[in-house]
Formats: sequence, structure tokens, C-alpha cells
Amino acid sequence: MTARLSMAGTGAVLLDVAHGAFDPAAQRRVWAAARALAADPAVVQAVPGVNNLLVTFDALRTEPDYVEQRVRACWQAASPEPVPARLVEIPVTYGGAFGEDLKLVAAHAGLSEDETIALHLAGEYSVAAIGAMPGFAYLTGLDPRLAIPRRDTPRLTVARGAVMVGGGHAGVMPCTAPSGWHIIGRTDAVLFDAARAEPGLLRIGDRVRFTQAG
Amino acid sequence: MIEILTGSALNTIQDQGRPRAMTLGVARGGAMDGPALACGNMLLGNPTGDRTGDRTSDRTSDSGEPAGAAGIEIAFFPFRVRFLAALAFAVTGARGPVRLDGLALPPDWACWAAPGQVLEIGPPAEGCRTYLALAGGIDVPLVLGARATDLKGGFGGLEGRALQRGDVLRCGPAAEPGPPRCGWGLAERCPLPDAGETRVRVLPAAEFGDFTAAARHAFLAETWRVTPSANRMGYRLEGEPLALQRAMSLFSHGIVPGTVQVPPAGQPIVQMADANTCGGYPKIATVIAPDLRLLAQTPVNGRIRFVEASRAEAVAALRDAAARQARRQAEFAALRHMPIPA
Repeated sequence: MTARLSMAGTGAVLLDVAHGAFDPAAQRRVWAAARALAADPAVVQAVPGVNNLLVTFDALRTEPDYVEQRVRACWQAASPEPVPARLVEIPVTYGGAFGEDLKLVAAHAGLSEDETIALHLAGEYSVAAIGAMPGFAYLTGLDPRLAIPRRDTPRLTVARGAVMVGGGHAGVMPCTAPSGWHIIGRTDAVLFDAARAEPGLLRIGDRVRFTQAG
Repeated sequence: MIEILTGSALNTIQDQGRPRAMTLGVARGGAMDGPALACGNMLLGNPTGDRTGDRTSDRTSDSGEPAGAAGIEIAFFPFRVRFLAALAFAVTGARGPVRLDGLALPPDWACWAAPGQVLEIGPPAEGCRTYLALAGGIDVPLVLGARATDLKGGFGGLEGRALQRGDVLRCGPAAEPGPPRCGWGLAERCPLPDAGETRVRVLPAAEFGDFTAAARHAFLAETWRVTPSANRMGYRLEGEPLALQRAMSLFSHGIVPGTVQVPPAGQPIVQMADANTCGGYPKIATVIAPDLRLLAQTPVNGRIRFVEASRAEAVAALRDAAARQARRQAEFAALRHMPIPA
């Protein structure tokens, strides 16, 4: 598997192991490499993305060459063993005013709205990466029929709690912010709260199921 | 205590941000011109949050406050505050008219305000972000290791929002006696961009080689205009559209402030302090860390030129900036021990 390393400015390097479609085994190796690197005092942050890994460091104290060498070594040594995962259920109210793009997503999939909801509910998702916004989880495991391309123009505000699909992933808005993903429902689950001991609801590797809100 | 007399969505409480919260999806945030705020804090004896300077020469910049004291980042002018108690303050960063009850103050200056006095900071002639630091630092809760306002996440600063007219801010206890009555200022200022064009050094990023030869040439040869869509999240630039050799679809990946993304329309966006921590657009380059503050001080319609640097040059520039700050701190540490006439 090819691993490409590139500079991400003065104090970061990006390891990219993507090759075509999303690779769940490579993702588990990314998590393992991130854990190993995070334990290195020279590393400030090891941030898993989707089949990639960003590693930041203090360029005043650490030679970039050392970090690159460590990233390569940790990637080579990383095992695709599953990480301990919790199952988190997220209750969703689908469609209507809370899911303004449900009709569009259903049309794209060639399904009825109910069939689209059923497909979204049937999926078992996995948290591949946390990022973009505080507590935003990139969820893999979306049925390929629901993999609709992102909007050409992102909405300037999408409400906190919006349940979305985009770019082959599922996700939930942790805060009100711009997004180009398609909104199919709304949840009351609080994905991020800076005042909580663990601010994010979801951890990397967690399994997620969506349920119909009662 | 101070009272904010002019509200704006662009004026926020900031410190040096949260460089270790990226795995939570939380932006680094903090002052867009970090060194300018650090200089203001230094003039007041506040913790500067300077992670790079020589700590042994600076008694106040201890590791207990890695994000430094919180001040106000001002990007909308005029900005006015009333002092409700005697307080030392410093104004640094962009240069423009600064008046205390009508009396003009020099740039990069720290002095005392009496209760009831009004400080007015006018539109800058140089730069576009001014910092008001207050002795003791603004006393708002530490959230995820910093006091910086995260507008997107709605936390930090004052209730996670921009400052409004009528807000009253308290300060922590001052660690130092502060400046003399007449005030004191910086001998070696933080440089601001030239009026004509801001030159910022860049390192090539992952997809640099995926752009056409013409695009790679234009990126470094042309000047770029800062559009009105330039804020704490990102600077959208306008110029010769940059084309990829072929369309690319990337998975989302971690990005740092300074990343120059090129969306399909070909107009680059430089990610700034409040940028998303992950993105999916191709990246042509990254602005080197010590030059990012120059971009942050370039106003709308300003011209940007990107200059290619090597990694060794980038690290050398970082060392230069750290050495400059350490020198300022050492000078001030010496000054504090000199007897000052009342």
C-alpha cells in the first residue's frame, strides 16, 4: 500500500494512504499510527482524517525529518486490529421541515422517502475521523445508494442537530455552521459540549446507529 | 473593569488559542496576529503565551498559561471602551489613531487609564487588526485550555460570542506593577505588511504537483487580491484561476491555518485561525507560520504575493521570529528592574 508524505506547512506533515475507495483496514491502521504518534513527546497532535493522518509538531524544537521518519515507521508498524468501540444510538426525526433534502436524496437514489429513511436507519456506521467542526464525526458505512454528491454551493447555515449525507458519508451537525451536505433529518443529541468532561459525544472507531425518534 | 461602548461581530476576546484541541475538531483559533497580542501582554507583564521564546529571560511567561492572557482583537472600527476602574492597557497590532479621552497615544504603547476615561481606537492606516491588552488579562473562563472565542463552536471568550455594546469585562490580578504613568512602548515593533503588496512565503503542499505548470507558475508570479470574503475562517483571494491537470476528489484530511486550498473555481482560499480542522479541497501550498500574521494584517483589496520557500528557510524564519520576541522580552525584563521616576 503506497503511503504519500507531504509538507503541511512549517510544523505539520500529512500522510495520505488513500487509494481509490475508502479502505476500512487502512483506516484502522491510521488510528493505530495516530495513537503511537500521539505518545511521542515530539508530536503536538496526530489527527486522523479519512484514510490519511495529519501530524503537527513544534518546528523550533523538532526536526521535520525526525517527524517524517517517525510517521513512516509508525505507519509501517501499525496494525489494522479493531479498536475498542462503543455503540452510540442517535434518534432522528426524518423529513418534513427537519429534512429539507430528503426528497432530493430519495430521487437521486431512485427510492421513495420511506425507503430512503429505512436505508439510512439500517446502516451500521463507524466514526472514521473527527474534524472540520468541534465534535463533527465523519461516519463511514453509508449505503452507496445514498452517496449523493455534495451541493454545488454550500448552505451558509445549517442548524445544529441536522442529520446529513454527503460525499459518501453520513454526519450530524454539532453546531450551526455552513455545510454542503444534504439534510434528511434532525436529532436532539448533543454532539459537542465544551463544558463536558469529554466534549465530543463520539470517539474515533465508535459504531453509530440511527433510530426513529419516539 | 471595562465597558464596551461599540459592538461588532468582528471584535472578539482572543488569546493564543488551542493548538492541542484539533483532535476534537476544534480550530486553533486565537489572535490572528498572535505576536501583536503577545507584545501587548508583554508591555503589561501579562503571560504572553509565547511557546517559542526563551522562557528563562521572561519571568511572567510561565507554562501555566500556555495560551497567554486574553485581550480583545479589534477588526471593526472605531472601537470604544470606558474604563470603570484604574487599569493599565496596551494597544498593539494595526496602526491608527488611538485616543484616551481625546489625547493621542503613540503606537504599540502601554499606559494607565483612570476610572471613567474612554479609549477610542480608530480605523488603522496600516494593518487591519488591532489588539487591546489589559493588565491581568480578561477574566473569562478557560475552555479547553484557552480563553479565545470560538464563534463557530459558541464557546470561549464571553459566552462564545463577539463583544456587544454594554458588555462589562473584568480583569484578573496583574502580575507586575505595570508601565509608568507616562507609559512605555515597543522599541522594536512587529512589522506590518507594506502598503503595496504583502509578501508571504509558502511551502508546496500535497497537491502542488497536480496543478498545471501554468497554474504553478501563476500562483507564484501573479499578485492576488484579498476579497471582501476575508475573515477569521479564511481569506478568499482573487486572481488568475488555478487549474488542476485533472479533476481530483480527495478524502477529508486535517488542515492547518495557512493552508492554501483551491476549490474547483480556481480561486485560492487561505485557511486562517478559525478554519475548519478538516477539509477536502486540493492544497497548492501552505503559508509558513511566521508569515501568516502578515496576511492577517492585510486588509480587503490588499495585494498578496506568494514567495516559494524551502523547509529550511521556513524553520529559519520561525527561529528569527522567536529570537526577536525573546530579545523584546529580555529588554523588558531588564527595564522592569530599573528605577522609574514617578
